[in-house]
Formats: sequence, C-alpha cells, structure tokens
Amino acid sequence: MDLLHYAFMQRALLSATIIGTVCAVIGVYVVLRSMSFIGAGIAHASFGGVALGFLSGINPLFTTILFCIATAWGIAFLSEKRKIHEDSAVGIFFASTMALGILLIGLMKGYNADLFGYLFGNILAVSAGDVTFSIIIAVLVLGLIWFFYKEFLLMTFDLEMAQVTGLPTRSLNLLMMTLMAVTIVISIKSVGIVLVSALIVTPAASAYLLSSDFKSMMRLSVLFGVASSWIGLLLSVWLNLASGATIVMVATLLFFICYFISAQRKRLKQPEHASS
Amino acid sequence: MSAEIVIECLQLSVAYQDKLALEDVTFSIHRNEFWGILGPNGSGKTTLLKSMLGLLTPVQGTIRVFGVAPQKLGPLRDRIGYVPQHSQIDFNFPLQVHEMVLLGRCRKMGLGRRASGEDIEAVEKALERVEMQHLAHRQIGRLSGGERQRALIARALALEPEILLLDEPTAALDVSATEGFYEWLHHMHSQLHMTLVLVSHDVGVVSQYVNAIACLNKKLVAHGRPTDVLNQESLEQMYGCDVMLFQHGKVPHMVVPSPAHHHESPHQE
Repeated sequence: MDLLHYAFMQRALLSATIIGTVCAVIGVYVVLRSMSFIGAGIAHASFGGVALGFLSGINPLFTTILFCIATAWGIAFLSEKRKIHEDSAVGIFFASTMALGILLIGLMKGYNADLFGYLFGNILAVSAGDVTFSIIIAVLVLGLIWFFYKEFLLMTFDLEMAQVTGLPTRSLNLLMMTLMAVTIVISIKSVGIVLVSALIVTPAASAYLLSSDFKSMMRLSVLFGVASSWIGLLLSVWLNLASGATIVMVATLLFFICYFISAQRKRLKQPEHASS
Repeated sequence: MSAEIVIECLQLSVAYQDKLALEDVTFSIHRNEFWGILGPNGSGKTTLLKSMLGLLTPVQGTIRVFGVAPQKLGPLRDRIGYVPQHSQIDFNFPLQVHEMVLLGRCRKMGLGRRASGEDIEAVEKALERVEMQHLAHRQIGRLSGGERQRALIARALALEPEILLLDEPTAALDVSATEGFYEWLHHMHSQLHMTLVLVSHDVGVVSQYVNAIACLNKKLVAHGRPTDVLNQESLEQMYGCDVMLFQHGKVPHMVVPSPAHHHESPHQE
C-alpha cells in the first residue's frame, strides 16, 4: 500500500469516494423513476460540451456543465409537451450532441489526446483542481437533495399526488435533472462519458433489490457506490487495468451478487406471502 | 340538503387527451354527503375527479371546490384528500407504510421542512383510523390488496381533509373484500364528518352505501338519492345507456336492484 503515499493516488481515492457517493445518491432517483436512459443521454451529451470547451479554449468543465444542463432541460421540455415520448427525446439528444462533438473535433487542428481521456476517464489523472471542483458540486448536490428530501421522494413515488398536493413539480423536476447533469459532469473525468451512467444506475439498482425502505436503499446504494469505486480503483492499479472500466465491472459484480441474494430471499419468503 | 355546497359543477365540459370526456355536467355536492360517481369505463368519472383536483382544466363551464377554481385553491388544497387508483401506485417502491402516509402531508409540512410532532401525530391518527398501526413499518408491497387500499386512504387522511376523493377504490379487491371495504367506508363516513366522493363502476354495490349518486355517461344521466335515481322511470333510460356501453356481460347483475346477486358477477383482479 505504498501507493497511498502518492498524491495522485490520494486524489484518485478521494475522487472515487466523492463520485461513488454522489452518483449513488442520484442513482436512487434515477432507478426509481426509470430514468437510466436519460442519464446515459446526458452523459453522452457531455461529449459535445467537452469538445466545445476544447475548441473555444474555455475550461471544458464549464462548457460541459452548461451543455449538459441545457440537454437535461431540453429532454425535460420535449417530453413534458408529450408530443413525443421521453425515450425518443433522449434518443434524439443522445446522438445529436455526440455528432456535434465529433463535428467540433473535426474543426480542431490535430488530435487531442485529452479528449480520449474524457471518453473513457482516468481517475489517476484527476488534478487537485478537479477534486476541489467535484467536492463543491457534490456538497451542493447532496445538500439540495437533503433539503428537498421529502419533495423528491413524493415526486419519485407518486408524481400525480405531488401535483395534487400542490408541490411545484415542474421546477423540482428541472432541479432534479440539473443535479443529475452536474453529477455526471464531475464524474466523467474519472470514469468517462461512456461508463458514467453505470456508476449511477448499478449501485442503486443493487440497493433496490435488497431494500424495503427508502433510507436503507439510499445507504446501501452509497455503500455499493463507494465500495465499487475503491475496490475497482485499487484493483486497476494493482493489475494495471483501465480504472473506469474496472470500477464498473466491480459494481456489476456486486449487482449480480445482490440479485442472487434477493432471489434467494424471495424464495424463502414465498410460502409466507402467497397472497400478495 | 341545506348544508353548504363544497363542490359545484356548472355546465362543466372537460377534455381529456384532446377528446371531450365530460359534457355539460351540472350538479353540486354538499358538506358531509357521501357521493358515488358511477358509470361505465370511458364515461368521464375519472375526468370529473381529476377536474375536482385541478389536474384538468374545463374547456367550458366552471367547477368550484370550496367556492374557488381547483387550480387556485392554494392552501385550501390541504382540505382535500385524494386516493388514486391502485394501479397508479408502484407498490414495489422501497417505502414503508408510515413513510407513505407521511408523504400525504408533504406540501403542508412546507418546502424543505422535516416532520414535526404534529405531523407524526397526524400519521398515527390516520393509521389508527384505517386500523393499520400494527403495519406501520411494513413495506407497502407486502400488504394485501385491502391493506394497500386502506394505506392509501390513510395517506389522504393524514391531511385531516374535509373532502375525500376516491378513484375506483375497489378495483384491486375481490367481491367479498369489496363489500367489506364499502361497509368500512360507510362506517368511517358516519364517524368522521367528511364529504366523500367515490368513483366506481360498481353501480349495484355502491348505491347501497352512498347517500347520493351521479350517473355519468359523458353527460350526467341522472343524479340524486340512490333510491330516487334507481327506482324512477329514468332508471330505464339510464341503464339503456349503460347497457350500450357495458359489453362484458356484467350488465344484468348491475341492473337488478337487489344486492343478493352480486356474488355472481365476474370481477377483475
């Protein structure tokens, strides 16, 4: 464990903890509201944002955040009008923002290696500035989710009821989409555009299988998220593998273990609850 | 029926998904009455309920709840409890009964606020009323059909509402559970001073327990006391409409005014 003395490794572990936590928390809502595809869509949209940053010379983090929030709102707007289904809205943005990214890269002179880093991520290469930025965003995201805990819970559980009771569901939905977008942005440098949605969906889906109440799902999801980030990171360093991919594989392995446990539990419970 | 009017529809027409679902409906509901809104599928019952809740806006006419348009109720909203159709709820959601009931008070508690002692008390009282205190910590998916329904009612009761709106509350219950449920609802109505409005297609069963019915078939076919509406000559005309729309062999059982035949009627799960 001499590795832990290196600053880059400490940053990577800190980053893994932050991202593992915040993705897992957002993931709970994503899984319960069946928004996984939106997550993947926004993640892919970030490619356009990153390319825009490189081309304009502005810090890609900022262009990406703006770009992803705009995409999230665009998806929300299109599907709210109900002219088309939400998954179609995502599908349109998913590909078109990627296409925009590709076109923008074409405009740039020469090949940019950094861009590749955004696609697949490199948690060992995150800078101190990246970590600071992600801490700020994570605190903001977690703080807002803590504040709107019961509102987000009701909207996730029963949107119509939320409307009936007079909650500002539209604004809250946009806020939720925004939080998802910024969570994705702070994660792409570590796990990559292609893999970030797995870090959001998988730990929460694992937790869903084993939870009977919302808070325990939240806790388990964070536990799974952080555990897979740490285990994946350490494994990747030890075995000299791509870190983002290893983290996702560990999270997926955890998911199948949970799936197996939940299937066993169900089998044990069945005789007792034949009626329901 | 000299009590105060709490819900009033005046020549109300409402469209649902670009189609006119309710046309020219006029009637009023007084405080503490127990209404059954009856009619076949697609007759506009749920549309009427959603209009009362302010989820749909009239294309013509007006609807008033506590004297104001439902969209403009503001804090008056807390005086209305809503029990949605069973099928709208995801019972696999990781949520325990008491958590779900507390969510009924979500808006009343205030944005970003946590549950106060008063909120917890209201939840306990609501669970007591539906006789489910012992199930407070059970996951909602592990409740039986009847318990799920009562838990949803508890969620609405947590607001201590003056009006309770129920959308097809027995859709997931079998025949005997349905009768038991209406008994219980009737009992609750006589204990709590509350206006109940219940949407159902169970003409026969419902009319035994409510004190007023409105028969919908896009238009308001008839309304008033069940005995008046179901026994007068307008009955034929009303059932004529029903027969036309009910196409799954249920009609004969519903037309017979005697409740003795209900156990024969096919029911859906």
